[in-house]
Amino acid sequence: VTAPASKVSLGYDSVLSGVNPDLASERLTASFSVEKLTARLDGGAEHTRMRRAIVEAIESDPAFSRENQYFQSQNERYEAAVRRAVHLQKKMREMGWTENGPEIKYIYRWLSGDIAFLLHRVFMRSISVLGSDKQVAKWIPLATEHQIIGSYAQTELGHGTYLQGLETTAVFDIATQEFLLNTPKISAMKWWPGDMGRSATHTVVFAQLYVHGKCYGVHPFIVQIRSLQDHSPRPGVTVGDIGPKMNFEHTDNGYLMLQNVRVPRENMLSRFCEVQPDGTYVRWGSQKINYFTMTTVRISILSDEVILPLMKACTIAIRYSAVRRQSKLKPGEQEAKILDYQTQQQKLLPQLAAAYAFHFINIYLHELFDRGYQEIQGRNFDSLPELHAFSSGFKAMVTQYCTSGVEICLRACGGHGYSLLSGLPSLYTRVLASCIYEGENTVLFLQTARFLIKCFMAASAGQPIPPSVTYLSSAKPGKCPAKDKLDFLSPDVYLKFFQFSRLLSSSAAKLQHLIQSGAEKHEAWNQCTVQLVKAAQAHCHYITVKIFVETVEKLDNKAGIQKVMKHLCDLFALHGIFSNAGDFLYDGYLSGAQMDLVTASYLDLLAVIRMDAVPLVDAFDFTDKSLNSALGSYDGQVYQRLYEWAQKSPTNQQVSPAYGKYLKPLLQNRLSKL
Amino acid sequence: LRGEALVINDPDFQHEDLNFLSRSQRYEQAIRKSSLMVMKLREHGIADPDEIYWFKRTCLGPFPEPFGLHFSMFQKTLETQTTDAQKEKWLPLVRGVNIIGTYAQTEMGHGTHLRGLETTATYDPATQEFILNSPTVTSIKWWPGGLGKTSNHAIVLAQLYTQGQCKGLHAFIVPIRQLGTHEPLPGITVGDIGPKFGYDEMDNGYLKMDNFRIPRENMLMKYAQVEPDGTYVKPLNDKLTYGTMVFIRSIIVGDSARSLSRACTIAIRYSAVRHQSELKAGEPEPQILDYQTQQYKLFPLLATAYAFHFVGAYIKDTYRRISGDIIEGDLSELPELHALTAGLKAFTSWTANAGIEECRMACGGHGYSRCSGLPDIYVTFTPSCTYEGENTVMMLQTARFLVKSYTQVSSGQRVTGMVSYLNDLSRQRIQPQHVAARPVTVRINDPISLVEAYKARAARLVEAAAKNLQAELNHRKSKEDAWNRTSVDLVRASEAHCHYVIVKLFTAKLSEISNAAVRAVMTELCLLYALYGISKNTGDFLQAGILTDTQVNQVNQHVKELLAIIRPNAVALVDSFDFHDVHLGSVLGRYDGNVYENMFEWAKKSPLNKTEVHESFHKHLKPMQAKL
Repeated sequence: VTAPASKVSLGYDSVLSGVNPDLASERLTASFSVEKLTARLDGGAEHTRMRRAIVEAIESDPAFSRENQYFQSQNERYEAAVRRAVHLQKKMREMGWTENGPEIKYIYRWLSGDIAFLLHRVFMRSISVLGSDKQVAKWIPLATEHQIIGSYAQTELGHGTYLQGLETTAVFDIATQEFLLNTPKISAMKWWPGDMGRSATHTVVFAQLYVHGKCYGVHPFIVQIRSLQDHSPRPGVTVGDIGPKMNFEHTDNGYLMLQNVRVPRENMLSRFCEVQPDGTYVRWGSQKINYFTMTTVRISILSDEVILPLMKACTIAIRYSAVRRQSKLKPGEQEAKILDYQTQQQKLLPQLAAAYAFHFINIYLHELFDRGYQEIQGRNFDSLPELHAFSSGFKAMVTQYCTSGVEICLRACGGHGYSLLSGLPSLYTRVLASCIYEGENTVLFLQTARFLIKCFMAASAGQPIPPSVTYLSSAKPGKCPAKDKLDFLSPDVYLKFFQFSRLLSSSAAKLQHLIQSGAEKHEAWNQCTVQLVKAAQAHCHYITVKIFVETVEKLDNKAGIQKVMKHLCDLFALHGIFSNAGDFLYDGYLSGAQMDLVTASYLDLLAVIRMDAVPLVDAFDFTDKSLNSALGSYDGQVYQRLYEWAQKSPTNQQVSPAYGKYLKPLLQNRLSKL
Repeated sequence: LRGEALVINDPDFQHEDLNFLSRSQRYEQAIRKSSLMVMKLREHGIADPDEIYWFKRTCLGPFPEPFGLHFSMFQKTLETQTTDAQKEKWLPLVRGVNIIGTYAQTEMGHGTHLRGLETTATYDPATQEFILNSPTVTSIKWWPGGLGKTSNHAIVLAQLYTQGQCKGLHAFIVPIRQLGTHEPLPGITVGDIGPKFGYDEMDNGYLKMDNFRIPRENMLMKYAQVEPDGTYVKPLNDKLTYGTMVFIRSIIVGDSARSLSRACTIAIRYSAVRHQSELKAGEPEPQILDYQTQQYKLFPLLATAYAFHFVGAYIKDTYRRISGDIIEGDLSELPELHALTAGLKAFTSWTANAGIEECRMACGGHGYSRCSGLPDIYVTFTPSCTYEGENTVMMLQTARFLVKSYTQVSSGQRVTGMVSYLNDLSRQRIQPQHVAARPVTVRINDPISLVEAYKARAARLVEAAAKNLQAELNHRKSKEDAWNRTSVDLVRASEAHCHYVIVKLFTAKLSEISNAAVRAVMTELCLLYALYGISKNTGDFLQAGILTDTQVNQVNQHVKELLAIIRPNAVALVDSFDFHDVHLGSVLGRYDGNVYENMFEWAKKSPLNKTEVHESFHKHLKPMQAKL
């Protein structure tokens, strides 16, 4: 039974018009040019133009609409994502966009990952990187034309970050020149790969290679899992969807069980190693490049999957805080904007500063990795350990920070933040997945710590160390000279704070002490891991502040941009000190009285940045459609939009059978007849 | 427990895994179960509120239910705020569930600040009716549970206007749907507010009223009254509503403990089942619970769950103890309890909220799957940071009480109760240094000594906030401005106060435990709770001179030693929470630890797996491949 939703007269025109005066007034007081800052963030005005043109082309196409996304079931979301992915192919041909063109990043950024076949792209990349020329020639055209749909099956039910522990086996059979793939037990089932549950026809399976009974470790194999005719699973293949998750409802993350599935010898990806027809295992080239791919992926996710959600969350929460009024600051006056409360500023503005800090560190990391890639192409692998440490540590720090930042924004919007229509729950559940995929964060921090400890030991022994860590060998600082709260707004002063390496040096000392007192190496390491994680975090924090400072120095101060960025940089740094006061007070580098000055300076900055808060999020330049939030739209018509969107909920479009079936008999005391 | 098993095994309460249902289906299941439960209540003749509460928890588990507000706020308000005549008319209908009600307070534009509500109830002496109106979009009632689709009555809070004057907020019983057809009444617009982060089974609703008339008798008149001619009679004491708030906030403290306990149970059991990487080359992969970093994530949360459990019990007992006085009209203990529960509600719900997420993260990728149960615990719990008083606002209420107590002490009066440590300030007056700068000899192995350290920290932060507030007042005219500019300090002071109270209550509990082995393990948890709190806030303790650098090192070291000490008891300590698998709702947290095979069984039932080949293949994939 369906009934039309009761039509509501609100006494105002339901067509939203005009900007809420509470938001309009915020924009009048901007101390800088929003348009210029947007151009700076895009890397130039011409990039801004291109991005806007692409966004316009996508948003004007109803096939890409995300309007009803919050009301859809898992099945509907999945189907919509497949439909969009198919449509995107058509759109790209129409518009003349290509996979390698400059447009692609803006396209995917707008889609926010809400599209199928993302793992298909990983499938293709892994073949391009790990496959021989012959394999590339065979598979890439098929995949490009979508004659096959690929996935990437690495993680197993019982095994994630630790790749050597994978249990899937691939046994070479000389007689038939085939590999025999098996899932020997339940924990060995492939679990999580995207696009695999329902869509993929092929997947790259990582399995332990056995030849003549000898195990050669984990290798990649191309395996066809579904029929190209009717899409049914191939013999020996059990495949399906792993069920609902916190988000990614549109993605068919899958499971895969293989029972005596045979693939030809040519299906092992063999750019770096091969099993020859007689079963001889040969390896050539360097495995290190392989390792480099993994590290670049960690950096490549940061922008769209991690930093962008924080920018969106800040946009929504800050605009809403300028519209929402609650309680009175002065008797007799109107209720105050919640953005005027110091406690609200303290929640949101440090997140805004972090969003900018991470935007800049991301640019820095990409430049670093581009340089690294060129060196490696030239067979120079010297920078690899440093790059690996960078990618692990920053992936962990940025994902962790952004996740907590988005959650702070969500909770800062009170009850309405809890509505899916605010857009914040989806942003949160999405960004938090990044803490787990591409390496679990604690494990990654410990990899960075291992590198730092090595460098520290080398420095102590007078050996050369990479430039990013030379500060580890600098002398222990004396007392902080600052006397006034304004002194703490000097980068020279606060950068020294973050340079401190006590956590690392005392970890190193403790490690040595434990080993000297007879502990086994691995046990000593495990005993120190809590502190080592902190040391790695402190290192990444320092680099982030340093890059922020250097970026601000390089900005020109036309249109007020340098000044406002300096404020954000100061806030990011002082918030870090305020939040980790114990670390800085510890060896007396900072006195208690100085810490009070840091706090005072930090709180003063909140009030300063408050004036530019809305323009600073406007500069991120998200369209309303890409925010998809009833709270965060540019015009600030929060309540009307919330009300209108709620009417579209399926719960209001149909009469629930619950009344006739249960409530009516209950109210009329006839329930016992059910 | 026998009762629990009876209900859990009752086929009437079986249903498909909720994770696979749409929101509308979840709502329907919830209504079905609630209706059945009411039927069983009738059958068994259960009427005692405590028994109803227990029965509900057993039938419905930890899930929200559309009837929730009917039994809590709707019935309770009618019991406490009505005249005898009103009781006689309404209570039989309510208790028999012949009408279903909800409690409509929050509006789209107004939450914690009640005085800002905009809904109006204007008295019309000609017809002896109130005319209810939602004058603006922001005044639309928004969020009340059970309002969207289920209820046919609501208690509506509105600004009362009579004889041309606004008399402030009052409560009214408003029929909203036609009995028999369930259609909205003329003048009433009502519906569901749409999808949320969690609470899928709850029809949180909106309500808009246009010149909707109700009889004069529908105003709840135990305290304030409007006479037939429109004369307004003032209530005697407006502090009485404090009692209900204290009660509800004490329930949230208990919820914090329970929700965190559930999350810990899942994460710790799973960490004993999951093996990963190698600690020692060549050896099998160890249980992840053996990694120090994993212990450091989970064991302090386990200790926190126990701490909050004791705090929740304490508040409930205290409330029971003084609620007799409240009925007698003695409200002297209420302000402190009110201030304390506001802060503890905020402190425990914030901590539990973060703790649940930490537990989920500690379960890696599988924690992200709905089958872990952790996403559900989180989304169900997290709104408690906002409802019944937004947490930051709650912390500032506590701070107001702390500053008031500090001012009393400064002017020579003594204060009692949990803030009595502020009395020590007067003796410090003569010395120019910070209160807490007097040497506290902290023995880090002794909970009682750690209570003193937390006390000194709270004193130092309350004093600092009060002084900063004074300094702002000296610079500015407006009290409100000064308060706002000090609010970050004030929140810190409240947090330190709450933290002290929790450590104190946990420590006090230890001596009440008679079994030596239980006392020993609880003492370890108590120490871990207190020391971990110090290690996370070393700045406060160092800055105030409560601890030296060396002691901070010892604290950090001792935390790690405690992790190893607690490790062998970790699973037993979560088993003691005694959650039934059905109520835990987690494949990762199963009592039998058979995680992987059950994940596979669970996944097979996913909606996307209904058919071997998904319809999207025929609709989209096949045409795409054909076209190319």
